[in-house]
Amino acid sequence: MGKLKKKNRLTLTRKRSAKGFLFIVPWLIGFLCFYLRSLFQTVQFSLSELTVSPGGGYTLDFVGLDNFIYAFRAHGTFKQVLTTSVVNMLVDVPLITFFSLMLAMLLNKKFRGRTLMRAIFFLPVIINSEAILSAMKVVASMMVGGLSSAGAEVSEAASSGVSIGYYIGMFSNLGLPSSLIDYVVGAVGRISNIINASGVQIIIFIAALQSIPGSMYEVAKIEGATAYETFWKVTFPMVMPHIITVVVYTVVDSFINSDVVTLAYNTAFSEKNYGLSSTFSLVSTLITCGILALVVRYIQKRTFYYN
Amino acid sequence: MGTDKAAEEAKNNTTEKKAADTELVTVNPRGFRFKRIDGNTKSRIIDTFKSFVLGLGRWVILIGVAYVIIGPVLGIISRSFFSDADNYNTMVYMIPQSPTFERYEIAFDTLNYSSTALSTILYSLTLMMIQVLMCSMVGYGFARYDFPLKKALFGCVVVMIVIPTHTIMLPLYMTFANFDIFGILKLITGSSPNLLGTVWPMYILTFFACGLRSGLYIYIFNQFFRGLPKEIEEAAYVDGCGVWYTYFRIMLRNAIPSAVTVAIFSLVWQYNDTFYAKLFNISDSTLLSKRIASLASTVGNVYKIYDPNILQLYMDAGIVLVILPLVIIYIVLQKQFIEGVERSGIVG
Repeated sequence: MGKLKKKNRLTLTRKRSAKGFLFIVPWLIGFLCFYLRSLFQTVQFSLSELTVSPGGGYTLDFVGLDNFIYAFRAHGTFKQVLTTSVVNMLVDVPLITFFSLMLAMLLNKKFRGRTLMRAIFFLPVIINSEAILSAMKVVASMMVGGLSSAGAEVSEAASSGVSIGYYIGMFSNLGLPSSLIDYVVGAVGRISNIINASGVQIIIFIAALQSIPGSMYEVAKIEGATAYETFWKVTFPMVMPHIITVVVYTVVDSFINSDVVTLAYNTAFSEKNYGLSSTFSLVSTLITCGILALVVRYIQKRTFYYN
Repeated sequence: MGTDKAAEEAKNNTTEKKAADTELVTVNPRGFRFKRIDGNTKSRIIDTFKSFVLGLGRWVILIGVAYVIIGPVLGIISRSFFSDADNYNTMVYMIPQSPTFERYEIAFDTLNYSSTALSTILYSLTLMMIQVLMCSMVGYGFARYDFPLKKALFGCVVVMIVIPTHTIMLPLYMTFANFDIFGILKLITGSSPNLLGTVWPMYILTFFACGLRSGLYIYIFNQFFRGLPKEIEEAAYVDGCGVWYTYFRIMLRNAIPSAVTVAIFSLVWQYNDTFYAKLFNISDSTLLSKRIASLASTVGNVYKIYDPNILQLYMDAGIVLVILPLVIIYIVLQKQFIEGVERSGIVG
């Protein structure tokens, strides 16, 4: 399409491009008025002290980096909340990515009851409200036994007959590094959260798996590849570009639900400290974007693009 | 993402392979056949066993994970029928001994269910329609037309997806606290209106394709339209359709799979959204998602119930009522949704 246009630069092309521009005009206005302007304002707010005047407007007093210095040096919980949120995110993202890829592969196979299973797996996407989720946590902890209460059981180290500490000790006796064991134990403890956070990711991966041409699997089969080899040589490289999509979505999603946002929200609307709240938002966003940029670059270097 | 090309190449490979295979068979048919007959029964048994074990493993994992998802839902549904005695009877698990509808009756009244649900659904539905219309338009513009700075502008769409909304929440709050476009409204009416507490901020944002996760929807539509053959539009132009006619009557019809996906996502997220609802302080009587948060305390105050465990039962009934419309919509549209996701090119 690009080539065709370069060949005949006529007014017709210009007309077309003007019409095309009309399609995106509403978005452009919105982006400039609400998004870009707001981004600049966030930076501006974070560098000043904001006082709401009774008439409905507000006045800004430029204070330089005071808010940032306060946030990092003096504020009681900001650093701790920020670190916890970032660490949680870093722990959860790889788990969610691989878990959802695995489930998508299981759900992508043809078997009886597939429709029902898929309907169940997309349920967390449907039931995804803050109030509902918090109420569900209460119920989940009341449903004694089963996987959904695994988190509570692991952390309590089971006062009932089975001692989970014993099994953990068994693995550490094998000489496995304790950080790995901690990670796995933590992952098992959070399995309910991970499952509930991976609805959209499963959908993306199922769509990605469906877009792999079946003939590639035929080739692999004829060449005598085992299922394991087929996964690493065909499936994984083909879904690799979508892993970036999933990672970006997961990072953003987990940050929206993180404690930093709550802190920023409360600072603004309970304590009426708008400048500080903007600083919190800005710092956390910059960190998120930094992590995103690093991760995306890291994956992109290793990504195989089919075409 | 050029799956056609990929499929073509792969197909070529397969046909080559098949040709090679048949050659092999014709050269040495006896050896080939002999080998197959020998291991036939053995391999069949192994295959059956293998597929049985694999199938079993799959079901174990799937049922386990499904239990984690559905367990709390079932728990909430069953607990919403518990009477006070059932709640404290440790022998009662899942199936109440003396089921009661009282929780539902009180939750129904306190939520003012019929009118709140209606207004919530109306709110989500209208926003969904605007969302689908505007985002598909923008996605189409990006997919089919060339204009200066197109790449940079599309980069802005990606920025919209990546940057969390909470970064800009304060300026948005301020903007709508005294809403004014370059001071025009102030010139006309003398004061700039405060839109907080109404649903207007959401409609304005959505109309300008900057609503709840609009960036994602634009991206999905863009991917979908890029995958459609150009010939469809060319045929329309040759037949004398204008740009807008082509878009509304032809392209939008073709985009139904991704429109369904976006519609369901948008409906569900809008329905469940508490972030914007809290930010713009939309009144409790309009939105169920806000109202449910205060259900327990309201019931406690009005009916003088001070036991948090019992209040939780009312909360459970309320939650069932809140998710009921969504679940009904989901069950009705489930097939279209999953098919839509698979065909919509959500991934390109």
